[in-house]
Amino acid sequence: MSEPVLSVRGLEVTFIGGGRPVPAVRGVDFDVYPNEVLGIVGESGSGKSVTSLAITGLLPDTARVKGSIRLGDVEMTEADREILRQMRGQDVGMIFQDPATTLNPVFTVGRQVTEGQVAHGQIQALRARERSIELLREVDIPDPDGRVLQYPHQFSGGMRQRAVIAMAMAGRPRLIIADEPTTALDVTVQAQVLSVLAKRQADTGAAVILITHDLGVVAEVAHRVAVMYGGRIVETGPVAEIFKRPRHPYTVGLLQSLPRIDSVDERLVPIPGQPPNPALLPTGCTFHPRCPIGCDRAICRSEEPPLRAVGEVHHSACHYAEEVARLFADAMPSDRIPASVVARAAAAGPPLLAVDGLKVHFPIKAGILRRRVGWVRAVDGVSLTVGPGETVGLVGESGCGKTTTGRAIMGLIKATGGSIRFDGQEVTRLSPGELRKARRHMQYIFQDPYSSLNPIKTVGDIVAEPLHIHGLYEEMGGGARITELFELVGLPRTVLGRYPREFSGGQKQRIGIARALALQPRLLILDEPVAALDVSIQAQIINLLQDLQKELGLAYLFIAHDLSVVRHISDRVAVMYLGRIVEESEKATLYETPVHPYTQSLLSAVPVPDPDARQTRRRIVLEGDIPNPAKPPSGCYFHPRCFRATERCRVEEPAFEPYPGLPTRSACHHAGPLEAVGSRRGASS
Amino acid sequence: MSGGVQRSLDLARRVFARKGALLSILYLAAIALVAMLARWVVPFDPVAQNLMSTLEPPSTAHWFGTDELGRDIMTRVVYGARTSLLTASGAVIIAGTIGVPVGLVAGFFGGWRDAVLMRIVDVLLSLPGILFAMALIAVLGRSQLAALVAVGITGIPSFARITRAQVLSLRKRDFVMAVEALGGSSAYNMFRTVLPNSWSPILVQIVILSSIAILLEAALAFLGVGIPPPTPSWGEMLRTGKSYLYDAPYYAVLPGIVLTLTILSLDTLGRTLAWVLEDRHELAEEAAPDRMVP
Repeated sequence: MSEPVLSVRGLEVTFIGGGRPVPAVRGVDFDVYPNEVLGIVGESGSGKSVTSLAITGLLPDTARVKGSIRLGDVEMTEADREILRQMRGQDVGMIFQDPATTLNPVFTVGRQVTEGQVAHGQIQALRARERSIELLREVDIPDPDGRVLQYPHQFSGGMRQRAVIAMAMAGRPRLIIADEPTTALDVTVQAQVLSVLAKRQADTGAAVILITHDLGVVAEVAHRVAVMYGGRIVETGPVAEIFKRPRHPYTVGLLQSLPRIDSVDERLVPIPGQPPNPALLPTGCTFHPRCPIGCDRAICRSEEPPLRAVGEVHHSACHYAEEVARLFADAMPSDRIPASVVARAAAAGPPLLAVDGLKVHFPIKAGILRRRVGWVRAVDGVSLTVGPGETVGLVGESGCGKTTTGRAIMGLIKATGGSIRFDGQEVTRLSPGELRKARRHMQYIFQDPYSSLNPIKTVGDIVAEPLHIHGLYEEMGGGARITELFELVGLPRTVLGRYPREFSGGQKQRIGIARALALQPRLLILDEPVAALDVSIQAQIINLLQDLQKELGLAYLFIAHDLSVVRHISDRVAVMYLGRIVEESEKATLYETPVHPYTQSLLSAVPVPDPDARQTRRRIVLEGDIPNPAKPPSGCYFHPRCFRATERCRVEEPAFEPYPGLPTRSACHHAGPLEAVGSRRGASS
Repeated sequence: MSGGVQRSLDLARRVFARKGALLSILYLAAIALVAMLARWVVPFDPVAQNLMSTLEPPSTAHWFGTDELGRDIMTRVVYGARTSLLTASGAVIIAGTIGVPVGLVAGFFGGWRDAVLMRIVDVLLSLPGILFAMALIAVLGRSQLAALVAVGITGIPSFARITRAQVLSLRKRDFVMAVEALGGSSAYNMFRTVLPNSWSPILVQIVILSSIAILLEAALAFLGVGIPPPTPSWGEMLRTGKSYLYDAPYYAVLPGIVLTLTILSLDTLGRTLAWVLEDRHELAEEAAPDRMVP
């Protein structure tokens, strides 16, 4: 094998200041070779981002670095600032999470793309324009000659991130560090960006470190994987080995707790407990309090296992790595049932919630007189029903109006038109007082558990608040009821007097759920309830929601952008695009035989945590981005990005109607399964 | 509200940890204490004249000396503190009880209520404070109450604006919307959720307005339109003392030092509070371990 581009040995990073030192990275070794993508996977607090910052020398002053980081012949930990600065431009390219803040808003994109090369004297300023156009063309930005003079705000999110990739690759660096490069992007845009990144990597032969929490992304693009936990690498090996033959219980836990788009589990197997706080690491093996095979054996509690070889190129830091094979074999195949088998009976009887032609339009005001100059059609004719005890998933990319739909149903945003019937009662025409009463049996769970709890109230008071508001505290059982609610969501009664800031994200979300359950609702509207949580915690919350549904007979309207999570939890699924539902069906039908081209591309764009699928899967990479809902395209809103679009789609709006032969309704002139229609046009890759 | 008590204790602990703030608090506490216990602290009558011993320099009997009417200057400084503190607290109460609800309603509901209320506040803000106070005193006559009301009214806009800004940022937070979703009325949400989360900047503003009020009261007295004599006032003492600046420099200088230190202490305390409260806000968010990397 050739010389590694980057070689990290015994890297330790400790943050000092503010009390006792916090070890964020504790002894990390790895190499990255040319023409290789190394995926570093871990949850929050695992030290993955700190590792990348240490490599580039961008750590804050409070960090103390030990160990060795060699990039080619240069020891980065001893290099002075000037050399590091030189290397950052020429030898190391960086791609950060948020393209909106990586680009400077006051300079043109073209100028920024070649800024580094001009500064390092690699190209002359006069030739920079030409080079910028070339670089933008290489990352598939349409019309690079025109775009080169535009400013970042004129670019969409996906184009910005591609421009950032162009910028990082401009000087043909030997190493590229991509820190969560697609986390802020929608799934169809993520697919574009990942394919551009992979293409450019192959063209330049650079080494890439891809840092992410998303196992699907890793399976999609990485060659080798390092799994980090508690500031150390706990397992490393080729991507196929990691996914097929994991040798660390944490990796197994991650794989099992992940809802998957390619199959359906009855139930997820979450890793119990919380990821450790770097300031308070457990003794011995940092994973032992959450480990299913350690069984509290003494050595796990007292001795930190070293990273040792368990295969030719496969390393694991577990005392009982050999036993992990059995754990994985026991858990994975038998529990995994082919998706088509699992289908729950459709709910009978009248629907609990019936939304018909819901519209929410926001006025756009401009000028000194604040006159209305147009409308943002956030929700533009949405119809859906939720039966008692049923889970309906509402999926779509950001800006499609799914959250607005949820809030309008809840009455938090006024509906412009259409009807919302809850339990047979029309709620859009109720007075505020009547609405408050009617809403008792409909509750809302927010996405961000960090901001949805009042920071100055104890969690006991927060959960009791709805009872006090409705004057039902005594009637519903007072303090005993609160304790009962906490036990229902799996929190001990001892935490009642504590404040929200003392809890982790998953625990806060549990408190949010307890609050929503206080009034004994029949319908919960869940707005991205697990999007802000780590994978292992996400599985705990999803399981809790499923248990509560069974126990209390709740109906869920589950709003999310993550198609895998929605597949796992829903009975029926509706797909939204630009304020409208484009397809709605039974879960199995929608995922197995989608008929709307948008659903088909959405499903094909989701990264699957299975490295073998890379070759076999057909990918539809959509062009462009979601249009502005203030200026929607004519005819079918999806036609500018659609691979089946014809002249008819440009002028005529398709009706939302049943598709013959399937329990599906869709809004498309050319609806049909992918094989039947899609093969006509060469849009897949 | 045991939570409120605990938070206050926590805040106090963090303020006391800073030396400047600690000194300021000790100084202000001393001023407040002697003002309240004036009769037992200083042996003289603040208004009784003794023309036998006028303009005496500091001595063991009269630590700050005597004025042109033979009154003990230290006694008058101590009683003057009463005037200052009374004006400050009165002004804060007036400005707060009007300004905070105005800002709360304007920020919470927005729309026409916001437009109307804030335009009224803008009108108040456009009046120069001291001129407005003088005009009001010209109408009401010189009295403790007139000075206090005048200063209080000029303080309304700052309370309204600060409360409104805080409410606007809270209004967008999920936990406020959560209470709405749970069926809480607007009034409940405003007073039980938003207001208790708005105290930090209001507390800072209370300290800042106290300092402005004391200074404005002194300025009015210095211009001869403040509290009428013989009630002792620091501004009044500066005004009379400046005529004797050559014969008895201590007459104006000593009350001036006391006034300066009071303002300095209040400003230090205000700055520290603002700093500590902002810092506390960040601490609340630190729970997520990945936040350690900036």
